[in-house]
Amino acid sequence: MSMKKLFSLSLAMALILGMTACGGGGEASGEDGGTEGAKEVRIGVYEPQTGDNGPGGKQEILGMQYAQSIQPTVEIAGETYDVKLEIVDNRTTPENGPSAASQLVDKDVSVVLGSYGSGVSVAGGKIFEEAGVPAIGVSCTNPQVTSDYDCYFRICFTDPFQGPALASYAYDTLGITTAYTLSMLGSDYDQGLVYYFTEAFEALGGSVVSETFNDGNANFVSYINNAKAAGAGAIFAPVSINYAQLIVEAADSQGFDGTLLGSDTWDSNKVVESAVGKDVRIAVTTFYQEGGDPDFDAGIKEWINSNPDAMTNNGGNDMVAAVTVMGYDAYFTALEALKAAGSTDPADVMAALPSVSYEGVSGLIEFDEIGDAKRDSAFIKVANTTDGVWEFEKVQGVK
Amino acid sequence: MTSEKRKKLLTLAVLAAALAACLVVDATLPSYHIAVKVISKASVYMLVAVSMNLLNGFTGLFSLGQAGFMLLGAYAYAVLTIPVAKRDSVYQYFDGGLLHFSLPEIFSFLGEDLGTLVGMLAALLVGGLLAALLAYLIGLPVLRLKSDYLAIATLGFAEILRTLFQWNGLGPITNGSNLLKSYPTFSRATSYVLLAGVLIFAVVLLINSTYGRAFKAIRDDEVAAEAMGINLSHHKRMSFVISSFFAGVGGGMMAMYMGTVAALPFRSSMTYEILLIVVIGGIGSITGSIIASFLYIFSSEWWLRGLDSGTFLGIHAPGLFKNGFRMAVFSVIIMVIVLFFRRGLMGDKELPDLLGRRPKKQKKEVAGK
Amino acid sequence: MESILPYLINGVSVGGQFALIAIGYTLVYGILRLINFAHGDVFMVAGLVMVYTTTAMPFYIALPLVCIATVALGFVIERVAYRPLRTAPRMSLMISAIGVSYLIQNLAFYITGGVAQPVVNPIPWISDNITLFGQSTKRVTLVTPLLTILLVAALVYLINHTKMGMAMRAAARDFETAQLMGIKINSVISMTFVIGSFLAAVGAMLFFTNSPSVTITSGSMPGLKAFVAAVFGGIGSIPGAVVGAFIIGLCEELIKGLGYTTFSDAFTFALLIAVLCVKPTGLFGEKVTDKV
Repeated sequence: MSMKKLFSLSLAMALILGMTACGGGGEASGEDGGTEGAKEVRIGVYEPQTGDNGPGGKQEILGMQYAQSIQPTVEIAGETYDVKLEIVDNRTTPENGPSAASQLVDKDVSVVLGSYGSGVSVAGGKIFEEAGVPAIGVSCTNPQVTSDYDCYFRICFTDPFQGPALASYAYDTLGITTAYTLSMLGSDYDQGLVYYFTEAFEALGGSVVSETFNDGNANFVSYINNAKAAGAGAIFAPVSINYAQLIVEAADSQGFDGTLLGSDTWDSNKVVESAVGKDVRIAVTTFYQEGGDPDFDAGIKEWINSNPDAMTNNGGNDMVAAVTVMGYDAYFTALEALKAAGSTDPADVMAALPSVSYEGVSGLIEFDEIGDAKRDSAFIKVANTTDGVWEFEKVQGVK
Repeated sequence: MTSEKRKKLLTLAVLAAALAACLVVDATLPSYHIAVKVISKASVYMLVAVSMNLLNGFTGLFSLGQAGFMLLGAYAYAVLTIPVAKRDSVYQYFDGGLLHFSLPEIFSFLGEDLGTLVGMLAALLVGGLLAALLAYLIGLPVLRLKSDYLAIATLGFAEILRTLFQWNGLGPITNGSNLLKSYPTFSRATSYVLLAGVLIFAVVLLINSTYGRAFKAIRDDEVAAEAMGINLSHHKRMSFVISSFFAGVGGGMMAMYMGTVAALPFRSSMTYEILLIVVIGGIGSITGSIIASFLYIFSSEWWLRGLDSGTFLGIHAPGLFKNGFRMAVFSVIIMVIVLFFRRGLMGDKELPDLLGRRPKKQKKEVAGK
Repeated sequence: MESILPYLINGVSVGGQFALIAIGYTLVYGILRLINFAHGDVFMVAGLVMVYTTTAMPFYIALPLVCIATVALGFVIERVAYRPLRTAPRMSLMISAIGVSYLIQNLAFYITGGVAQPVVNPIPWISDNITLFGQSTKRVTLVTPLLTILLVAALVYLINHTKMGMAMRAAARDFETAQLMGIKINSVISMTFVIGSFLAAVGAMLFFTNSPSVTITSGSMPGLKAFVAAVFGGIGSIPGAVVGAFIIGLCEELIKGLGYTTFSDAFTFALLIAVLCVKPTGLFGEKVTDKV
């Protein structure tokens, strides 16, 4: 008994000591960052590596790592700094966002890149805003990410653009008048895109049937049958990669003869591989089409092939995902901002970001007054189910 | 008597030290520092863990609905405190939502700061009351069930609640699957600790009252308790309702900590996590739950992060310390506790019991001589 | 009414999968009075093992290996996590089950890196498309209910006509007395876990061939629903679990077909609560009087 008592007492003491010690510890590390003198600038990477968006987040990080391997230093106010990527896993879900974000802030990063997924970006944005650290959204498409926070910028297009772009493609190009939307209950990304898609599609004169599924659902057969019963010419399902694969599977087994429309999340080699040998038509919007910049493609493929970890994180092959390209562009945009700021102070970088202009692989990157990228077109790709690759279809704008 | 006094003094000293530590943290560190975040989160968990302990540990009712009541509290808090001006942007898909008032603004006649604080506390209270009301309603049929059936039924209720809150039909209030945000939050760790502390103090008072003794009697032997004249269903329901009230308030505080509210995080795994905290601390010990919450959150969110990212205690082994190792180590520790230290850290003892006993023992020895 | 057909076919198939998991719950509950929360995770592990083995070796070697590994896991869980608590209160046992579930999920998370493991056509033949009553579907949809019924028939024979089966029935009827009558209660309990895990392994193979990937939480929902099925049919009763599973599978798919997709999961839980409140013994359960 006295052992237990001692144990509990020491635990309580350790707790209190720990709390105070950490106070001191935090300060000390802050000073280290300032006085160290080694010319190093830290860029925070706020991405999911686990959870539903883990695969996508990993591909996005790959782009940043590749960019860093090409350009490991940056010239700031006449001095050369080594760039260090501080990577933290935000585990996909908003409740893990704050602690992951504050970890980055504690590491004295000058600017943050990420995240894949909007909900977790909104959750982390609060911390970045409080700390005055600028963040560059790479593929988070919800308008609220930038409209809520002054510190958040974004290099990709947004849902109010992407949804209508797909609606326009479905109605005008494919000639579809009835669409079926399928989204996961509880995912703000899915629901947001469905909202904008529906709004645009109905404005064009089409009709929409919307349904939702519960998280963890693994059988989409009934949903596909509902779409068939509704006479839908297309199923729009802006869901994460796992569910996209399930939907492709079910559409094939139920003999759905319309088109599966996907958002940027579908642009993954996993989705296109799951469609190999199946009788399905898939079209997705994306930020970049492989082949758009042959030099870049060749370079990153060589890098992925020479790096087994990168190969694993890319899903086992060297196909270039659009989010990887976006990660690459985000890294260079951050470097541009650092150069323009002429300092590693987050406040200076934040002040410099709005006027940054960078010609990236995915196109010209400039920010408007809310911090969104000025983009007016998306790429539409379709899946080639014989070879398992994405093929360029068209550049889609919104009327 | 002196030992009672001594206990009280020592307890007060420990509490004062903890509070001072929080104040130091708040004074020296910026609000976004990880230490502030983990203290805040741990305070929320300590309140919810104590509320679960009240039910599972003190009344012997095995309920797994905690996450559901927290969900209700979190939504109530967020919905009632989002500033009216922000409602259009938050409820972007639902035309600004159904409600056009915000409690902190209603209380603004008290002055800006005080009004906001009163409004926030009122919203927490509403969240707690709603959770209590729901507990009362589902308690009618569910509490008649035996231990494991009760567990699974409450788990089911929590899942149904989660679906309802994500349903677009309720969207004008709950914002469907979209995040609720832009509401006021506590930015200081001390605020969380103080609020949770005060509420836990209320639980302690309850446990030491006649009601508390009745709860324990029910836990120890239902039949005997009934024979002693304790109204079983009345007391069970009361314990369930009160526990849910605190879980609801805890949910509201969770919303503050997270900064955004969505229904997805409030799934059964959250309940399991809290249950395991209670088990680590000792079923039937309030201080045990408190200490376990802090240990658990501090370790999982901060101290043991190195286990996931390659380097821990200076050992660099990226092959071993990769993503998920932290939680794997954690769950092994939990299983060891469950199997070999079934009484947890504290058993059913409280910190004052341990603090107070040493001098008593010495006195006995003196007397013996 | 032809449009209802695909939902029925799918519902029967889903029901078959639930049934194979539900038996594991019902057997264990019948004897130990324990909701084995880890059972859904055992199911998930079977899926993971299938992914790893089928990519490494031909499927006719891999599939038996999956069964062996899953059975071993079930056996070990009982030995390590439940047997030491045999005399402990029921709440401790249930906490231990939740702890095991947590442990398995976290270990799986560590091993998989938290990323979905792709399933690449593990069992050839079975996932081909076929046409059934003019409806396009997968062969596995047809195989699942047939195999389920076959396995259940074998199990019922085992329980009614073998010595081990008799011991299991005795233990389920009265644990203490069975022990006094010289039944080796530990081996009976081990046996129930072996059978339950084996059926979960078969269920996992059928379930995950249809699915592109296995994630660490893949087992939770099927597990929970199978448990509901077991309660619905009357926990402790094998035919009850099977019938309950088919009813729940059918109801879920029909509800989706009616357009209430949002509430298909909620319905299952509502059904659970209704059954618990109105008739806790379920469809086929025996009335159990509580021993004071």
